[in-house]
Amino acid sequence: MQLDVSNFVPASDEEKQSLVTMRDSIGFWKDGLHRLRKNNVAMISLVVIVIVMVLAFIVPSFYPYDYKEQIRGNENLAPMGYSVKEQASIDSGDFVFPHFLGTDNLGRDLSVRIMMGSKISLLVGIIASAIIMMIGSIYGAVAGYFGGRADQIMMRIVDMIYTVPDLLIIILLIATLKYPLKDLANTNPAFAWINTVGVGLICIFIVFALLYWVGMARQIRSQILSLKEQEYVTAARALGASHARIIRKHLLKNCIGLIIVTTTLQIPSAIFTESFLSFIGLGVSAPMPSLGSLAATALGGITSYPHRLLAPSIMISLIILSFNLFGDGLRDAFDPKLKN
Amino acid sequence: MDKLVEAIHLKQYFNVGGSPLHPLQVKACDDVSFYIGKGETLGLVGESGCGKTTTGRSLLRLYEPTAGTIMYDGVDITHVSMKPYRRKMQIVFQDPYASLNPRMTVSDIVGEPLDIHKLSSSKKDRQDKIIAMLERVGLNSEHANRYPHEFSGGQRQRIGIARALAVDPEFIVCDEPISALDVSIQAQVINMFEKLQDEMGLTYLFIAHDLSVVKHISDRIGVMYLGKLVELADNMELTFHNLHPYTRSLISAIPVPDPRINRSRHRIILQGDVPSPLHPPSGCNFRTRCPYVTAICSEEEPEFKEVGPNHFCACHNLDMVPKA
Amino acid sequence: MSERLLEIKNERLSFFTPAGEVKALNDVSFSMDQGDVLGIVGESGSGKSVTAYSIMGLTAHPGRLIGGEINFNGHRIDLLQEKDLRKIRGNEVSIIFQDPMTSLNPVYTIGDQITEVLLLHTHCSKKQAKDKAIELLSLVGINEPERRVRQYPHELSGGMRQRVMIAIALACEPKLLIADEPTTALDVTIQAQILELMMELKKKLGMSIIMITHDLGIVSTICEKIAVMYAGKIVEYGTIDDIFYSPSHEYTKGLLNSIPKLTEVGHEKLIPIEGSPVDMLKPPLGCPFAPRCKSCMKICLDQMPEYTYLSDVHYSACWLLQKKEFDKLQEDTQIG
Repeated sequence: MQLDVSNFVPASDEEKQSLVTMRDSIGFWKDGLHRLRKNNVAMISLVVIVIVMVLAFIVPSFYPYDYKEQIRGNENLAPMGYSVKEQASIDSGDFVFPHFLGTDNLGRDLSVRIMMGSKISLLVGIIASAIIMMIGSIYGAVAGYFGGRADQIMMRIVDMIYTVPDLLIIILLIATLKYPLKDLANTNPAFAWINTVGVGLICIFIVFALLYWVGMARQIRSQILSLKEQEYVTAARALGASHARIIRKHLLKNCIGLIIVTTTLQIPSAIFTESFLSFIGLGVSAPMPSLGSLAATALGGITSYPHRLLAPSIMISLIILSFNLFGDGLRDAFDPKLKN
Repeated sequence: MDKLVEAIHLKQYFNVGGSPLHPLQVKACDDVSFYIGKGETLGLVGESGCGKTTTGRSLLRLYEPTAGTIMYDGVDITHVSMKPYRRKMQIVFQDPYASLNPRMTVSDIVGEPLDIHKLSSSKKDRQDKIIAMLERVGLNSEHANRYPHEFSGGQRQRIGIARALAVDPEFIVCDEPISALDVSIQAQVINMFEKLQDEMGLTYLFIAHDLSVVKHISDRIGVMYLGKLVELADNMELTFHNLHPYTRSLISAIPVPDPRINRSRHRIILQGDVPSPLHPPSGCNFRTRCPYVTAICSEEEPEFKEVGPNHFCACHNLDMVPKA
Repeated sequence: MSERLLEIKNERLSFFTPAGEVKALNDVSFSMDQGDVLGIVGESGSGKSVTAYSIMGLTAHPGRLIGGEINFNGHRIDLLQEKDLRKIRGNEVSIIFQDPMTSLNPVYTIGDQITEVLLLHTHCSKKQAKDKAIELLSLVGINEPERRVRQYPHELSGGMRQRVMIAIALACEPKLLIADEPTTALDVTIQAQILELMMELKKKLGMSIIMITHDLGIVSTICEKIAVMYAGKIVEYGTIDDIFYSPSHEYTKGLLNSIPKLTEVGHEKLIPIEGSPVDMLKPPLGCPFAPRCKSCMKICLDQMPEYTYLSDVHYSACWLLQKKEFDKLQEDTQIG
């Protein structure tokens, strides 16, 4: 190899610096999202969820039929069937929007009712999970952070709540609150929405807020218990941070992954509970459809009109399955223990 | 010299189980007294379990002392609210990986003390202060929006130091700040500590297990063993004219990077292991390994007293220990 | 003239991680004779542990040897299958690890763990193995060996556990003992005991030792020859007197200048090595130490320096030495 004098000239600082570059910044979210994108099952579930959301929230506004619209003469149409009157319109050249799933015994289009039912189920699931998340994470964080006597008492309360039979409480609440709430709705116009939503649903929300947050509280508490031993928490104390600040900025911030995953997995569970309650008649009140109540009314005609039971059942399964799979995918993507 | 920080008969005991009638206690810090003068660096050395980290953290009231008094600038702060003092007394931790919140950016980490103590007047002011602090420790503004995991150990330690400096403190407890760093980075960080002390007039309590480093950076050194201070003297005095048998063997056990010295050195190899802190020996707790042990050592605890100009030691048999 | 025990030629080893190829070892060559005590000094990422593990064929996935030869005691380690490697491990070469807390299995007694290796490699009976285990425990300085042999790891202190590790390593009288940072997790006074023990054992049993550490103090106590590694390369090699009193490579010099010395009387300011250790995913083309070297030249940035021999046993990889020779050549041609 030929050497000459120029090789041995000292290198400048800039030339040395050019060899030292910092790698691209990869935040926690980017890294996790990258892993999520690679998970095919989770991505397909996400697509399904988006489609269901569009069907539930957006399509009914543009749909030609309304969920409570009872059209005389359209009773009990088969899927893609037309009534005598509608057939006549088609023959004379007008376009009649098809009934994809037929109609029910009161002439209401079933497809739009299923979509409304999904909307109700999803709303209940999401709102209930949000309530659970807020109550559960704060309760669990406070119990885990303070520890000692306070933690003992708070956790014994949680244990007691676990033993309460939720179904019984819902039935009792409905029984006791039904008439007072109805009176309130009828006398005070500000509370008129009670009638549309239905006493049953209100009681479901109350019960979720009272009882169902305990699972989340336990999980958050155990995560906080291990996090609070981390040295950066001691560092924050040494800086003079207040308890509230430490819980908010240091502890809960590091639990976000857990919170998101647990909440996502809570949604299908809440939807299932609501469907079940509506199925046994304790949920939404007519004419508001819920996937559960649609299934319940379809039971009677199961032999003649099986599609009326199949459609809501498949929809419930699809929603629950896709949320569960997506929640699993989230957990795999954001769980720090899996990081190597 | 003005005393800035003083510990007077400081005791820190931890309950680790046992029954309510006979609780099992670890006497991590057992009746320790010393002071640190303004602008001084006091080094605290000892092996694992000696209580040096506990002592440092107790001074900052990160643990509530079991007994004893802590004085800061002449004021008894043992039982007061620490909020105003958190600005004046800070700490740098050993583990650069665990002491920074992985979900916060560097800017948030260094800015947190500014937010807690409301030290910035506007967003821009806060940002300026943060950048100034980063530059002071050898980082720059482009590091501000990154996360801790993107930095090396040495850089993370600098971020921790910037955080401690953000409030313009007077006193910093340096809890083994360089043990977790590579050798070639340690010198950078040691030099930085010294430079900051000169520039900002800081007082340090420098805790480490490596006596070579402590001797280099400290003015005076204290040696701890199983919760007790056994010797306290100027750094040169302690290194070359030490009196306590434990200090003697500690120094002799340290391998020096100089083959000729190693070949000619007489090394005192202590027998046996460090006793369990749950059941320390009666009397002097070094007696189980001491080459000069006598009967009195198991009956009476030696008093920590002045045995030379500014030189303290706790030993019954100093006359038996040959001159260093 | 002692026989050659270990010869490593141009070893190249990389870890194929999801983030990319990490070139852990980049053309490493050295050799050891029977009875040598070699110290491999370097910081994290230098490749010192990787080198030692590769001698035993213990490179962890996703690491893979991609070039070079490893000759140990007549075997070609780089070509052997796993089942043949197992016959050599614990038998002709053994290793003691850094953390005695996790290297011993907590559910087996000390005795079981020592006899395991004996029963695996020798043809002795269980009783003979147990007697040998007791003998080994007293060899490594553990008192009351008959009682200790029935104890579990958690009943012993850190220093004693490390002694047990040494006993296990020596059970089959290996030719080579690899010690990977054996005292880093121990207190200074216990460290002194362990180093003293190792020196005694070396005298008694005449085995070779490779001591891997980042502590120059330890290396100057126990080793005879030193290899200084940086970023997967040996940058300097020599006897301890060579390295400590005539260091040639800028990195070696930098290390020696940057450690505070217990024995110095004044307060000399430390001269640190500037910059940070190199990113092993994107190592520079030339000398890996270039960005941090105060004498860095243009050639250092894009060409890997060759080894220059300063004596039979002392060599260094630095363009400055080549420059000296080049200058000499220039002078000679001008004069001549």
